[in-house]
Amino acid sequence: MNIAVCVKQIPDPATPYELDDEHHWIVRPEDQVLDDTDRYGVEVALQLAEATEGSVTLYSMSPSGSLQGIRQALAMGADRAVIIDDDALRGSDALTTAKVLAAATKRDDADLIIAGTESTDGYTGVVPQQIAELLGVPALTFARRIEVIDGGIRIERQTQSGYDVVESPLPAVLAVTSGAVEPRYPTFKGIMQAKQKPVDTVTATDLDFGADQVGAEGAGQAITAVTPVAARPAGEVIEDDGEGHVRIVELLEQVKVI
Amino acid sequence: MATWVFVEEIDGSPTPGGLEMLAKARSLGDTAAFYLGTGDDAFGVLGDHGATTVYHLEPGDSLPAAGAAAALAELVAADAPDVILFGAGNTDRDLAGRLSARLDRPVLANVLDVAIGTTVTVQSEILGGTTAVTTEITAAAPAIVITRPKAFVAESAGGALPTVVSVSAPDTGAAGAATIAERHVQASEGPDLEAAAVVVSGGRGLGGADQFSMMDDLAGLLGGAVGGTRAVVDAGWVPYRYQVGQTGKTVKPDVYIACGISGAMQHLVGMKDSSTIIAINKDPEAPIFGVSDLGIVGDVHQVVPKLIEALRAR
Repeated sequence: MNIAVCVKQIPDPATPYELDDEHHWIVRPEDQVLDDTDRYGVEVALQLAEATEGSVTLYSMSPSGSLQGIRQALAMGADRAVIIDDDALRGSDALTTAKVLAAATKRDDADLIIAGTESTDGYTGVVPQQIAELLGVPALTFARRIEVIDGGIRIERQTQSGYDVVESPLPAVLAVTSGAVEPRYPTFKGIMQAKQKPVDTVTATDLDFGADQVGAEGAGQAITAVTPVAARPAGEVIEDDGEGHVRIVELLEQVKVI
Repeated sequence: MATWVFVEEIDGSPTPGGLEMLAKARSLGDTAAFYLGTGDDAFGVLGDHGATTVYHLEPGDSLPAAGAAAALAELVAADAPDVILFGAGNTDRDLAGRLSARLDRPVLANVLDVAIGTTVTVQSEILGGTTAVTTEITAAAPAIVITRPKAFVAESAGGALPTVVSVSAPDTGAAGAATIAERHVQASEGPDLEAAAVVVSGGRGLGGADQFSMMDDLAGLLGGAVGGTRAVVDAGWVPYRYQVGQTGKTVKPDVYIACGISGAMQHLVGMKDSSTIIAINKDPEAPIFGVSDLGIVGDVHQVVPKLIEALRAR
């Protein structure tokens, strides 16, 4: 099975995010990390590839920078990466991202395109569905537990009242939750091998996108105002000395819940 | 100006989120609902909440979004709404994403308010709810907008029975080829998470699924509902309907008690507007303390049992 995994490099979530003054885009440092939610997609891909003697290719649309995040995913065991890096893509919205990823994976004729449910930094949460629509294939979203069946795959899909078992032919898009698998940690050998694995860089033009179709110009939206949201007033934080629960009871009485 | 609202059925009725969006749509002008469900009883409810037209699509055995997006796109071509509102549910996201690609229109997500002037503008919060942004949609209509749960308040408008237009899903070929082989409904107990005055939520800090019964005990004593973080839902400790946060439910109870929850951005957006927030976590640096009225730095396995005991003794 030829498996594509869409991954995203994001600024380290442990650091505060900033917006640039001109465009209000998230400031992206040279060193970005692999979005933690993507580790699950990579793990699912590796397991399916191992079961089917397939291959795993990473696709990422981002300023490539030091490629730190991409190397993390390669170190887990992915075979190669395709980075779509182009100044014209800056300011792209979710739909443009989906168009670019759809075009890049289509070039390589992927059987299964795996993504996370939503990115940690932007969390629009619609890119996998948009890719599926653009490619005319099923979107198996909110998936936990995934298995290969005769002629396709079967997943459990989270629903409001429980879960559904969904079966689909391939090719398809699969968006996994972080409950799907337990991601492996890269081994030392994996980290060393990752440095040698092929990383191809392509531009928007290589994928036949004009500059006016992508980036901020193609986004169909413009941020007109940015304001900080008033933070909640700082509360009381106390160390539990064995009587912390007493303070909770007092507060519950004060707000008349008990 | 015409606004359409996607409303899904859950347990035989329109979702609460769907009715909230109808209240907003009504304030913007003409209102129609695109209803994915089986129950005829829903039409009266949708009319009462302000929908004058209901486009009704019966769900089948296929995963619904591909067919629904194709059906919705045909209706859009014929009737040209200005705005289409979606909620934050799984089918909402599937449908909004597919419709966006089909119509070549952007999706605006995490939206808290919508205004229609010469263009459509939306208010949203980004970066875990710390930053408010106003975005003007410059693309042609319709504006595809995914709203946050509880951004609007559902209210009966005393509307009459709507005109019901039966819609069928066009053949979408391979895109619509995924089928639902089994449906599993996990029974829910206790008060509704989204409506409860008290919510007791557990996170990974509880240590395991077996520890989660503490949450049930505490919630029971306070007449509250039990919630959980994405981490514990994904780990399978509790079903998805417990999930509070960006991809789960948004709650605004009088009191929210966070037990062993560090406070990831995606969790905070689902609970930070609770009136009073109490957090118990062993890490003094946990972001949850930044939104808490009362934070106890301590072990949930010590503090919660003592709290339960103290409440029982009353």
